[in-house]
Amino acid sequence: MTAQPNRRASGGLIDRSKVVRFRFDGRDFSGHPGDTLASALLANDEHMVARGFKYHRPRGIFGAGSEDPTALVQIGSDAARTDPNTRVTEQEIYDGLEALAQNVWPSLKFDVGAVNDLFSAFLPAGFYYKTFMGPLGNWMAFEPFIRKAAGLGKAPGAPDPDRYESINRHCDVLVAGGGPAGLMAALTAAKAGARVILAEETAALGGRLLSVDPDKVNLGDMAPTAWVESIAAELAGMDNVTVLTRTAAFGYYAQNFVGLWERVSDHLAPNDQPANLPRQRVWRVRAREVVLATGAVERPLVFHENDRPGIMLAGAARTFTHRYGVLPGKRVLVFANNDSAWEAAFDLQSSGARVAGIVDLRRDIDGGLLSTAAEHGISIHPGAAIVGTSGAQRVSGATVRRMSDSGGVEGPVTAIECDLLAVSGGWMPNIALFSQSRGKLVYDEDLSAFRPGQSWQKERSAGSAAATFDLDGCLKEGARAGADAASKAGIPAKAERPPKVEGAERPQGTPRVIPEIPSGRPRHKVRAWIDLQDDVTTKDLKLAVNEGYDSIEHAKRYTTSGMGTDQGKVANMNAFALVADALKKPIWQVGTTTYRQPWKPVTFAAMAGQHVGDHFHPRRVTPMHDWHKSNGAVFEPVGDWLRARAYQRPGESFEAAVRRESLAARESVAALDASTLGKIDIRGKDARTFLNRVYTNAWSKLAPGKARYGLMLGEDGMVMDDGVTACLADDHFHMTTTTGGAARVLTHLEDYIQTEWTDLEVYMTTVTEEWAVASLSGPDSWRVVAELCDGIDPDPEKFEFMSHTTATIDGVPVRVFRISFTGALAYEINIAADYGAWLWDKVMEAGQPYGIQPYGTEAMHLLRAEKGFVIVGQETDGTVTPADLRMDWIVSKAKGDFIGKRSLSRSDTVRTDRKQLVGLLTEDPTLMLEEGAHVIATATEPAEKPVPMLGHVTSSYDSPTIGRSIAMAMVESGGARMGERLWVSRKGGTPIPVKVTETDFLKMREDGDV
Amino acid sequence: MWRNPEPKPGYDAVVIGGGGHGLATAYYLAKEHGMTNIAVIEKGWIGGGNSGRNTTIIRSNYLFDESAAIYNHALQLWTTLGRELNYNIMMSHRGVLNLAHDEGEGRGLKRRVEANRLNGVDSEWLDAKQVKEFCPVINISQDIRYPVLGATLQRSGGTNRHDAVVWGYARACSAMGVDIIQQCEVTGIKTAKGAVTGVETTRGFIKTPKVACVTAGHTSVIASMLDIKLPIQSHPLQALVSEPIKPLVPCVIMSNAVHVYCSQSDKGELVIGAGIDAHTSYTQRGSMDIIEHQMASLCELLPPVARLRMMRQWGGIVDTCPDASPIISKTPVKGFYINGGWGTGGWKATPGSGHVFAWTVAKDDPHPIAAPFALDRFHSGALVAEHGAAAVAH
Repeated sequence: MTAQPNRRASGGLIDRSKVVRFRFDGRDFSGHPGDTLASALLANDEHMVARGFKYHRPRGIFGAGSEDPTALVQIGSDAARTDPNTRVTEQEIYDGLEALAQNVWPSLKFDVGAVNDLFSAFLPAGFYYKTFMGPLGNWMAFEPFIRKAAGLGKAPGAPDPDRYESINRHCDVLVAGGGPAGLMAALTAAKAGARVILAEETAALGGRLLSVDPDKVNLGDMAPTAWVESIAAELAGMDNVTVLTRTAAFGYYAQNFVGLWERVSDHLAPNDQPANLPRQRVWRVRAREVVLATGAVERPLVFHENDRPGIMLAGAARTFTHRYGVLPGKRVLVFANNDSAWEAAFDLQSSGARVAGIVDLRRDIDGGLLSTAAEHGISIHPGAAIVGTSGAQRVSGATVRRMSDSGGVEGPVTAIECDLLAVSGGWMPNIALFSQSRGKLVYDEDLSAFRPGQSWQKERSAGSAAATFDLDGCLKEGARAGADAASKAGIPAKAERPPKVEGAERPQGTPRVIPEIPSGRPRHKVRAWIDLQDDVTTKDLKLAVNEGYDSIEHAKRYTTSGMGTDQGKVANMNAFALVADALKKPIWQVGTTTYRQPWKPVTFAAMAGQHVGDHFHPRRVTPMHDWHKSNGAVFEPVGDWLRARAYQRPGESFEAAVRRESLAARESVAALDASTLGKIDIRGKDARTFLNRVYTNAWSKLAPGKARYGLMLGEDGMVMDDGVTACLADDHFHMTTTTGGAARVLTHLEDYIQTEWTDLEVYMTTVTEEWAVASLSGPDSWRVVAELCDGIDPDPEKFEFMSHTTATIDGVPVRVFRISFTGALAYEINIAADYGAWLWDKVMEAGQPYGIQPYGTEAMHLLRAEKGFVIVGQETDGTVTPADLRMDWIVSKAKGDFIGKRSLSRSDTVRTDRKQLVGLLTEDPTLMLEEGAHVIATATEPAEKPVPMLGHVTSSYDSPTIGRSIAMAMVESGGARMGERLWVSRKGGTPIPVKVTETDFLKMREDGDV
Repeated sequence: MWRNPEPKPGYDAVVIGGGGHGLATAYYLAKEHGMTNIAVIEKGWIGGGNSGRNTTIIRSNYLFDESAAIYNHALQLWTTLGRELNYNIMMSHRGVLNLAHDEGEGRGLKRRVEANRLNGVDSEWLDAKQVKEFCPVINISQDIRYPVLGATLQRSGGTNRHDAVVWGYARACSAMGVDIIQQCEVTGIKTAKGAVTGVETTRGFIKTPKVACVTAGHTSVIASMLDIKLPIQSHPLQALVSEPIKPLVPCVIMSNAVHVYCSQSDKGELVIGAGIDAHTSYTQRGSMDIIEHQMASLCELLPPVARLRMMRQWGGIVDTCPDASPIISKTPVKGFYINGGWGTGGWKATPGSGHVFAWTVAKDDPHPIAAPFALDRFHSGALVAEHGAAAVAH
């Protein structure tokens, strides 16, 4: 075969000087830069590119852009870089492009799945709802086969090597669509000085101007493409304009927020993609005003056997002819219900095709059209319908009959040969974005379609998107829309004068829409497709209505019409019309299904933008992080933070490291990086009152220089957070929170200050990252502090527990707190964060004589458990009151109201048989309980479920200091069960007997109780 | 499938809301309590609210006894519902993974597994390697921001086909004589002496002594007609599907820490959801940033999906309670019953919810499984606080 036999000699936005080689379905082809895969395949006379979802019938190229329902292929065979379900009408070709047919086996042209077509009578809409049941589990037996048969392309098998990004922009006027209306709108708004973004989803500006015969149409004495270029050049010269091609406005959200999806380098071979550019980009645009110039979509005709490759929308045929310089057929039959398709016929004829006839459902055809047809020597069939087509993998002909007065067909059958059947059911305004914006649609009887009605957001539609189909009208309306948008955005503007249009063809007129074109065949033998991708026929939709799925949404869902990757861009209107017809209701009463984002499928990774890998979520690290890293730390995520969990020495196990660290913190000295604790600086004359209201205990008398532990409750009375707050001055406090709870607590407190307690003069700011904190624990800790700090005597006899002071280290100011979360003598040194790493080195150096060890969070957890201190989020789970923790002492009875107080007196919260925090000691001291295991009352686990559960183990450790395992648990009436024997259940083993104890294991050891 | 009758002047009971829960309620009222002179009133088309918008995840591995009881009751009904209705609801017990990404989450999930075991709910703990074996597409690299440490697996959990459930229930209801009245909005509820006497609708007044409100995101709207204030906040919840692809995700994957959940429909689409939009709203629309976040999460968890495309996104309105548990309850108004507050996870409960609510309505007495979910818990404090265990992902 000669290369590109259907390529025209000239014309189109392609570069004939260069040849691009690509592969499709295992065969080599050539095209030119500027070609889409569709135009290049058509240039090579390849129409069949896919197979249907259900019946596996051959599928061709039906549209020329994003509206195409079914010409889907898999791009690329590399495991990491492969893109399923790619529309050949949108994918531009590049050297080395490889496209594969999908959902076929063994090949596109010979596909075993096509056998489904023979059984189509047994696979009507919703057949799966009625079958595959029988005995229990049967669906599970069938499902794998159904799943394997379903799906179109294949997902990549490896992580995506490409990069994506998202970008935020504000503008005065966003114009969606770069056709004649969009160009005039952008030009008008831009000239007035508005900041304009113009987004065009295809590779070139111009819209339908690129699909007309440049020899016939002139704009201001220029060929259409020349005019487009001149406007593009003008826009490019203005700083206030951003023109984006290959960029689809895909989502219209609230408050004029519009998502744009730019395919930055998909049209380039992977090796040619500039390294500095992402593959794709999402623009998040907040526009003051929006102009929707999204054009119109041509409507298919619904007739028997309308699904063969070579059956194509008439407008698409013209686009291939003029925009891409490809004649998609040599012998063209046109099937129409409106005037625009006649113009298409004339156009194809003058472009070198032979038009084998025009079949029009309408009987009365405009005289002008009739005489032009006669001039072209085209035979015409007014008041007739195509009643069938032939051809296996490409249409080869059609049969035509006259329409009868009763709505059927009659008379002789005329067979007409053709290799392209161009169909047109009229044009439908593209209302997708308008509808997403929540605008109200109106049904236009003349149009037999919906068009934009009342707006909901700050937008207006222009051009054929607003059902203005004549070119002159489009240009004018675009200019007006641009002026209106700019003016409403606060930039007075006057509509630019559009160019004078010469040679423009007639618009569609009033199409004659017939929901299902008669074929004269028995009903059960008619196969007329509504949705070419999901293989939905008129029979399916009528069956749905007959069975009672008569809401349009039910019919859609039952048949899956419009639920494919094209979301029914060309199919939906025909589905609505057919359902309305079947129900004998007007279309507006049947309504539409909902138009949702996105206008067309958008890559997941583009939506994710930069927020993947290292940028997925920030990792917060402390100033001492590098030291931890180089000293064997294993980290754990705590909230957004990475914390050192333990410092393993070479050859040392994690458990051994934890033992070593915890013993140092008990017996000599060990240091914890406590910088991650939330820190809130609180000031104002009402700061004390504020603390009294947010904590359960009293703060009125806490003197400057002192610190106190506090519990914070939610309004439900449940423990929400805890921490130590220090009084720096009467009107100045330093609050600490849990690491994970810091942000939540600040928000919670701000919420109260800003909405509930506006009378309080209190100011808060987060200082979590201002301070680095080294926490020193152990009997020698005071010696290290003494060594380090000037201006302080840390002797525990003199520097009281729960007090704090300022000091310096080599002249650097620090705050020193004598507080302890381990139960051992402990000090916290706070220093400006920039000095954190320096402080840590100093601590390690000063502690060396005492054998100082760093200790991580695991040892910290163990140490605090030895003392019986709780961790909010471990002992508590949002259902635990202070009393449940047996910390009644911390709830002030004397002071006034505090958050959660009222809830503490509710009938359920005052129950004495609630779960309460206790210690658990296993009878076998070497046995360690599983955290999360449940406490039961019996020595053997009852076989009958549910097994009554008394509570669960919240913390469990092997304690070297206590010399055995220890655990804490929330147990029903726990406080009253001291000494009682209970059991902890475990999967696959006998329950473990335990004794209920207090939680301060250190004290128990001192008292000789353990 | 089902009749589309004109409303009668009166019924023995009226169910407001023709979603899964409402139709299930009517179904069990008719089937188990002999109440066939009843109507389901739907302001749009049946199944058009959250039933038609949810991601159909079925599981019962809840932490607390009360929750385990109702969700497991539902799971048991799900397994035989298709046959009972003679309609294939495509109940697929493909398994549900709840991933743990840090020690705290792991601890919480292990506690849940143990509670499930003792409550007779199937549930097991998988370590990261076992997670990979069960669902090979999951990234278990320990170098990522939130590495997968392990997961709980409920093998009996899975997905089903939401529309089929709605249609199957509707057909069965209609066959038993229940009137399903679509395109009929309730505009008021009439009472006399503290008891319900009927409902005002856009298609006229309907007399009835019992009104069962099953209106999800609009529960508080209906309740306010009787001046009943509910502790419910309505938020948009979004979901999306990818283009259909060949089988990739064999089970349901849920992650709280990176905040996304995903399964693959029988048609091949990945069905993806995440958390609610933070603002309260009755519009069934959400913001793009929520979608961006969940896409980022999904690309982290399942790297091969990055190049797939989002085909359709949508939103519903979820009615969230302070304790993340539903309200199945009598009310201060005699004859007015509420089944709502299911938040983001109501679908999985549909048959169980309808079953115990029907009992509550028919007998004017809470079913034992429904009793803990009565309204008075917000006064007594006896909440069923599933936050810790269920958190946001359902």
